[in-house]
Amino acid sequence: MRPFTYERAIDPEAAVAAVSKAGAKFISGGTNLLDLMKLEIERPIHLVDISRLPLKDIKEEPDGGMRIGAQATNSDVAADIRVRTRYPVLSQALLAGASGQLRNKASVGGNLLQRTRCPYFYDTAASCNKRDPSSGCAAIGGINRGHAILGASDACIATHPSDMAVAMVVLDAEIELLDADRATRRIAIGDFHRLPGTTPHIETALKTGEMITGVVLPAPPEGRQFYRKVRDRASYAFALVSVAVVVATERGTITSARVAFGGVAHKPWRAKEAEAALTGGTATMATYWAAAEAAMAGATGRGHNDFKIELAKRTLCRTLAHAAQEN
Amino acid sequence: MSLSTVGDTKNAENATENAKVALTVNGRVRQLELDPRTSLLDALREHLHLTGTKKGCDHGQCGACTVLINGRRINSCLTLAVMHADDEIVTIEGLGSPDALHPMQAAFVLRDGFQCGYCTPGQICSAIGMLAEAKAGWPSHATADVAAQTTALTDAEIRERMSGNICRCAAYPNIIAAIRDVAEGDRG
Ligand SMILES: Cc1cc2nc3c(=O)[nH]c(=O)nc-3n(C[C@H](O)[C@H](O)[C@H](O)COP(=O)(O)OP(=O)(O)OC[C@H]3O[C@@H](n4cnc5c(N)ncnc54)[C@H](O)[C@@H]3O)c2cc1C
Ligand code: SF4
Ligand code: FES
Ligand code: FES
Repeated sequence: MRPFTYERAIDPEAAVAAVSKAGAKFISGGTNLLDLMKLEIERPIHLVDISRLPLKDIKEEPDGGMRIGAQATNSDVAADIRVRTRYPVLSQALLAGASGQLRNKASVGGNLLQRTRCPYFYDTAASCNKRDPSSGCAAIGGINRGHAILGASDACIATHPSDMAVAMVVLDAEIELLDADRATRRIAIGDFHRLPGTTPHIETALKTGEMITGVVLPAPPEGRQFYRKVRDRASYAFALVSVAVVVATERGTITSARVAFGGVAHKPWRAKEAEAALTGGTATMATYWAAAEAAMAGATGRGHNDFKIELAKRTLCRTLAHAAQEN
Repeated sequence: MSLSTVGDTKNAENATENAKVALTVNGRVRQLELDPRTSLLDALREHLHLTGTKKGCDHGQCGACTVLINGRRINSCLTLAVMHADDEIVTIEGLGSPDALHPMQAAFVLRDGFQCGYCTPGQICSAIGMLAEAKAGWPSHATADVAAQTTALTDAEIRERMSGNICRCAAYPNIIAAIRDVAEGDRG
């Protein structure tokens, strides 16, 4: 690990001021940053510890929504009874990620900003445009079983590993940000993570020095919510494919639907085409399958990950059948 | 602007200046001077010589380094010692002694919940943290209805909640039996 200096910020304004120094980075739970610092993939020269900032509150909003502080741990959010009853898809997604120990440390802000688990990104001997711009992409033509099937580019085919973010995308969450000039803004989570394009090292719309202060959830959408994750082992593994859905039905007809996928793209993937195919349709397998085909119409495999296209379709159908059935 | 700044990168090629940090470990305050890069795990093992906490992967993937911080289980390999100045840290050494075992330690012995024993301190700290989480009503990935107020701690629940602790010897059935004993004892 490269040497660095360390300070603990006492309030959000102090934190953004402290991080404006070149080479400085925030550290929250540290579960992703320290992992990458040990491998010298991340090399900050100064760490600003934001883990004690008073940004842990999970509060109800007047409009029926909720605001989750960036420093709330993944465990606290998943266990919050208001989240469990009103946004069960979020609780389910969080509980499907990492382990009990990691969730006790991982923060909401850090989870959104966690980096890809592409093995070539982790292997400093391999070429990787994300780690080292313009060096090439070892995953294209390499072992790419875990890689993206949607929205990838010739520069990078990595996926975003977060489960939580997939649920937040299906819930139309907004991310609250504070910058070094103490200005705040909100951005829709769908616009926060970027596709790789020619600049896979630029992963989000976060400006240099900006800090995530919280996530705002609008009032829960109508319908039943469900998160399903498919992975190589039963627990403590990243998704091959995951699906978050919210479906409302009335006498066998789907009145509204929202669909998002994880493990398939460089960002949590909202599937509007699938939503359009579902809305107004009958709550039957034929409709689900048509929606799955629509969602994967633009999907491309890279060899080892070809199976993900079929897997994503089947996972969506099964998740929809489960969610619609108990409506 | 900040509470404290430690370390000096003037000679960034060399090691940074050490940081003074007071850690409360197993009820005792310990004054340390550490390179800011020191993980909590290395501070415990290499500086405080509390070698009960084990290093398996050093990357959050095995759970051997699990300790309790303010009662919650975490991986000590993925956190910096300097980040824990105001915390209550409990390691396997703080839970019990050979002649006064913690009930979870006693249950692991009784049920033979190990073979080589390398993962055991992490398993025991994790199990204690896990039972507190279950008692507080936290759901898990194995919980059918996350909105339910309470969940029975079935074997499937214990397995899922303990999935962050890998046992290379695969002593899992006996680990579950030990944890079940303590959970049932708690209930009775
Ligand atoms: C073995 C293992 C298995 C895992 N499995 C899963 C899984 O199945 N599913 C899943 O979703 N995740 C998984 N994770 C990842 C885990 O969820 C993340 O490591 C965690 O959420 C990161 O949060 P943190 O607070 O520890 O972030 P940190 O490591 O502290 O920070 C991560 C990044 O975010 C930045 N940052 C943190 N907070 C803020 C903020 N408020 N504003 C601006 N920048 C900020 C940091 O500067 C850093 O660049 C796993 C991790 C491990 C080690
Ligand atoms: S897929 Fe992206 S992260 Fe992986 S090697 Fe290629 S450029 Fe790097
Ligand atoms: S040593 Fe910390 S999880 Fe493996
Ligand atoms: S007892 Fe050997 S690793 Fe668990």
